[in-house]
Amino acid sequence: MTAGLTGIGGFILHKLARLGRANLFLLRLLGALRFLFRRPGWLIKQLYAVGVLSLPIILVSGLFVGMVLGLQGYANLVEFGATSSLGTVVALSLIRELGPVLTALLYAGRAGSALTAEIGLMKATEQLASMQMMAVDPFQRVLAPRFLAGCLAVPILTGIFTAVGILGGYLVAVVQLGVDGGAFWAQMQAKVQLFADIGNGVLIKSAVFGILANWVALFEGYETLPTAEGVSLATTRTVVITSLAVLGWDFLLTALMFGVW
Amino acid sequence: MRQKNLELMVGLFVALGLAAFLILALKVSDLTSIGNDPGYRITARFENIGGLKVRSPVTLGGVRIGRVIGIDLDPQSYEAVVTLSIDPRYNRLPTDSGASILTSGLLGEQYVGLEPGGMESYLKNGSVIKLTQSALVLEKLIGRVLTSTAAGDAPQK
Amino acid sequence: MLPTPFSSPESSPAVAAVTVRGLSFQRGERLIFDRVDLDIPRGKVTAIMGPSGTGKTTLLQLISGQLRPDAGRIEVDGVCIHQLQRRELYRVRQRMGMLFQSGALFTDLSVFENVAFPLREHTRLPETLIRTLVLMKLEAVGLRGARELMPAQLSGGMARRVALARAIALDPQMILYDEPFAGQDPISMAVLVKLIRRLNDALGLTSVIVSHDVKETAAIADSLYLIFAGRVVEHGTPRELDCSASPWVDQFMHARPDGPMSFHYPAPPYATDLLAEIPA
Repeated sequence: MTAGLTGIGGFILHKLARLGRANLFLLRLLGALRFLFRRPGWLIKQLYAVGVLSLPIILVSGLFVGMVLGLQGYANLVEFGATSSLGTVVALSLIRELGPVLTALLYAGRAGSALTAEIGLMKATEQLASMQMMAVDPFQRVLAPRFLAGCLAVPILTGIFTAVGILGGYLVAVVQLGVDGGAFWAQMQAKVQLFADIGNGVLIKSAVFGILANWVALFEGYETLPTAEGVSLATTRTVVITSLAVLGWDFLLTALMFGVW
Repeated sequence: MRQKNLELMVGLFVALGLAAFLILALKVSDLTSIGNDPGYRITARFENIGGLKVRSPVTLGGVRIGRVIGIDLDPQSYEAVVTLSIDPRYNRLPTDSGASILTSGLLGEQYVGLEPGGMESYLKNGSVIKLTQSALVLEKLIGRVLTSTAAGDAPQK
Repeated sequence: MLPTPFSSPESSPAVAAVTVRGLSFQRGERLIFDRVDLDIPRGKVTAIMGPSGTGKTTLLQLISGQLRPDAGRIEVDGVCIHQLQRRELYRVRQRMGMLFQSGALFTDLSVFENVAFPLREHTRLPETLIRTLVLMKLEAVGLRGARELMPAQLSGGMARRVALARAIALDPQMILYDEPFAGQDPISMAVLVKLIRRLNDALGLTSVIVSHDVKETAAIADSLYLIFAGRVVEHGTPRELDCSASPWVDQFMHARPDGPMSFHYPAPPYATDLLAEIPA
């Protein structure tokens, strides 16, 4: 009985301590960002690693998700003779939810886990310690460029995912199923609002998700136990925690945007 | 050389991202409708506008020629005053044109449909459309059908 | 403004580069150091030896300010290293090189870029000068020809030599070696031994070697500290220690399996342990 309670208490304390360390980590990370102005070259390299290299998976997934939305939407709307609303359905689902959320999840799997493994291995092989011994702060030299690059890459990838998804929906609906192309775009334009939908959905959500995904990935990497098992555990944790955090925050943000609270 | 390639790829990546946002802004949402609206304004009074909203389309013969930019209530007559912004390309709408609130499909959104008249003079900024037909409110319609069926052979009102 | 450490190379060699007084450090329940006193003289090769697991690496981490002691003082050139802010600590570390056991080369950079790394980070030298400096350092460790290789293509001994070139890139005043001979074949071991001594004398460095390889370390060290169970057991020149009467020193220096240092990790008596009931 007591042992059970002690176990629960210890677990909670352990988690709280970790959360506290994560927050301190974020603060130090943000503090180190200003040094990037001196060496923008560091940012380019990381943008390539997390952004350009994530592009194929984002393009392919975006296209398929859009095509599936087109098919599913058509199958349902055709019963009401409302296939002209297909453009709206595809665009709003992608812009408000699927674009930001799926991009963040794919990013966590493709780039987040790689970031964790990279930082974790740098720690395990004493590269971070040797950097500190050379009087170079790993937060400035290693973590901050990766963080900023990731936070820039996620909104960009989300924009690309969403645009490609709408194109995929267009291909299925208009080219394949014969929905009127003019109605597809006109209905979409009539219903999609620049600030309320694209601003809130694509921009704000993806910015929040980008911060979450990269924060988790770098923190897990930095806290990795320096063993092979530790690294594999850390990458798994990155994907799991990022996914949960993104979905949880997506609910919060959606509720805020619909004015529930 | 490798650094140059890297920069090129990242530059392309960022450009692609910007292009995606531009497409979203221009093609998917109607950015032009938010900035300065070049259209001329006309008003129409309706008894009931149903589910019409600001930004609902205005069509003529199924072609979109403008959109609703304002909905107000006249406190005297209790009529809804709907302000329409019409694309200046369509400046030859006869003054006796009619406006009705229609529904696209059975459950689709509502829009303002214009029906051209035969007058030689044309609507211009500030004109008022006199001939209007209110939105079909489904509940009233059903109610009317039900009463007429229930009344059976009773005299039609 | 703090006095910059090491700023006066002509300061009397009598002043130790590192003084450790009453150092205690524990990790969890385990006491790693128990009131240790050490002096590392300037310009000499000082070796700290002891069996595996006595916290030799921890001692280097304490000296370089990566860890903070639980009690006691560690002064590096008169400055108490564990009381410095990060900025000041980093300034001290620019005059300090450390060779990690694994080499700890940056795996995404070539050999050349690894050695150039501290130069690029801390100086604004033109590219031609950086190239000259890097080639000089690589020549010193005999790997000028390997500059285009990536760390993954190097053998363990080569990686350690590249790491050494990187550690001396900024011309430090002191180098800390963490197990430089561990896991090396006899040839690269001999190369490293010679290299450490030569660099120390040519550059006027203060070298601290942490090792358990008795023969190699004794060959180049000016003085030795022998650590066991959190205490300094003995110190002196290699010759003094070699003929020391102490059974501890004798056991370690001559690699005898039996002696005062036990082969067993601390445990309850064997018989009691075997007969003990399995805890539920």
